[in-house]
Amino acid sequence: MNIIEVKNLVKKFGDFTAVDDISFNVKEGEIFAFLGPNGAGKTTTIKMLTTISQPTSGKLLINGFDPVKESSEARNSFGIIFQDHSLDDELTAFENLEFHGVLYNVPKKIRRERIEELLKLVELFDRKNDLVKEFSGGMKRRLEIARGLLHHPKIIFLDEPTLGLDPQTRNHLWNYIKDMNQKEKITVFFSTHYMEEADRMADLIAVIDHGKIISRGTPEDLKTETQTDNLEDAFLKLTGKKIRQENVSGLDNMRNMQRLWRR
Amino acid sequence: MEKIKKYSRVIYILWLRQIKRYYRSKARMIGSLAQPVLFLVALGFGFGPIYQQAGGGNYIQFIAPGIIAMSIIFSAMFAGIEVIYDKQFGFLKETLVAPIPRWSIMLGRTLGGATVAMFQGLLVFVISLFIGFRVENIFIAPLAIIFMILVAILFTAFGTAIASKMDDMQAFPLIINFLIMPLFFLSGALFPLDDLPKGIQIVTNINPLSYGVDGIRGFLTGQSHFMFHTDFLVLIIFATITTAIGTYLFSKVEV
Repeated sequence: MNIIEVKNLVKKFGDFTAVDDISFNVKEGEIFAFLGPNGAGKTTTIKMLTTISQPTSGKLLINGFDPVKESSEARNSFGIIFQDHSLDDELTAFENLEFHGVLYNVPKKIRRERIEELLKLVELFDRKNDLVKEFSGGMKRRLEIARGLLHHPKIIFLDEPTLGLDPQTRNHLWNYIKDMNQKEKITVFFSTHYMEEADRMADLIAVIDHGKIISRGTPEDLKTETQTDNLEDAFLKLTGKKIRQENVSGLDNMRNMQRLWRR
Repeated sequence: MEKIKKYSRVIYILWLRQIKRYYRSKARMIGSLAQPVLFLVALGFGFGPIYQQAGGGNYIQFIAPGIIAMSIIFSAMFAGIEVIYDKQFGFLKETLVAPIPRWSIMLGRTLGGATVAMFQGLLVFVISLFIGFRVENIFIAPLAIIFMILVAILFTAFGTAIASKMDDMQAFPLIINFLIMPLFFLSGALFPLDDLPKGIQIVTNINPLSYGVDGIRGFLTGQSHFMFHTDFLVLIIFATITTAIGTYLFSKVEV
């Protein structure tokens, strides 16, 4: 069964086409990696899949629901860890998680158990009553990850989840995600710039560049296709070696500034 | 039934967030008291003698309810900036992707902002007691809180509606000030609404804040211009309409 279906998806910002007629499916229980250079359209696609942005045209189905017309049902089916900052700095670590648990209707008993378990996983349990504004960038990232895993949805979207994390935390995190994926058949949809993560974790990979999907298949398929022996080389062969310019809005600039100050 | 429970929990947690943020920011609490207290002291004592000579009675008695309303509307309208703040610092996304209807987010935020605004009004009320304000009837006075709540909800929803359409944190206060000043000056907060020139009278009559000020003043001091049920009805209608518009605009927010 396909839990995510994308057909002829297009997103335009004025004259600029960020996502240009892409189609792909993700099967239930799969770990799907969405790779591409900066500005390729990864985050834009994830935003449309997660109902916070509307497609210009094309068809989307999340767990059988249309994120545009049936946004509530679609939202009920997934969880997301955003690429950029999304915590409330004026609340404590515990309060941020509690808030999330209530929004996602996680029953109190399970909520409290999982909050404890996850805070221990990301090694923030002894800081749970501290305000988030006192945390370092890495700690905030870990807290966001804990929050994203608090409710166990059918699909979890991870937009560059491990950016700026040390290898230890990354290892912990992927083990936890793999475990969730195996025990609860949770579909994982993630983007990353760390090719070895994609190689190790993903059942299927799609590579997007300039808004188009340029290749897809298992990590092995991609290596065979490009005649390379690791995914990093395969990726570079597919997308070229030129460094990309990202178009950013004023809002993104503001967020980047904030990131500079905090990290 | 299960849904109602779920939504009330969501509204409650959003309300609680706003209260916690307010409680933790003492600077905000004290900072937003400065202006109302200045108005109360400077205008109250400054115009007091003239007002007395003109036969209006004690001006502090007259102006204090107006200044209470002023502190509420300022605090309420500025609550909208939190929407922009949440947009820019990313937290709004967290609430927008949650499997809950947007109206419940809007309602929780509005009630939170309104509670904070009403509390600011109560603080100004307490301060006014120290500079000579006296309530007419101690048993009727608590009813003024109803009008304080209605004014708070009306203008929090208004501020949130405007903020839903904006991304610019610097422009928001400018626009809000531009709206608050006429609303406040032409509301009967500072002068009685009797015997005004025709033009001013029309404006004050269509200004919803006039009815809020009148209701608060009526229950605190016994002086009023409109009928109580008129005040109440007008505020209820305005509060409902602005909340509905705010909910619509908020539900269209994209981040």
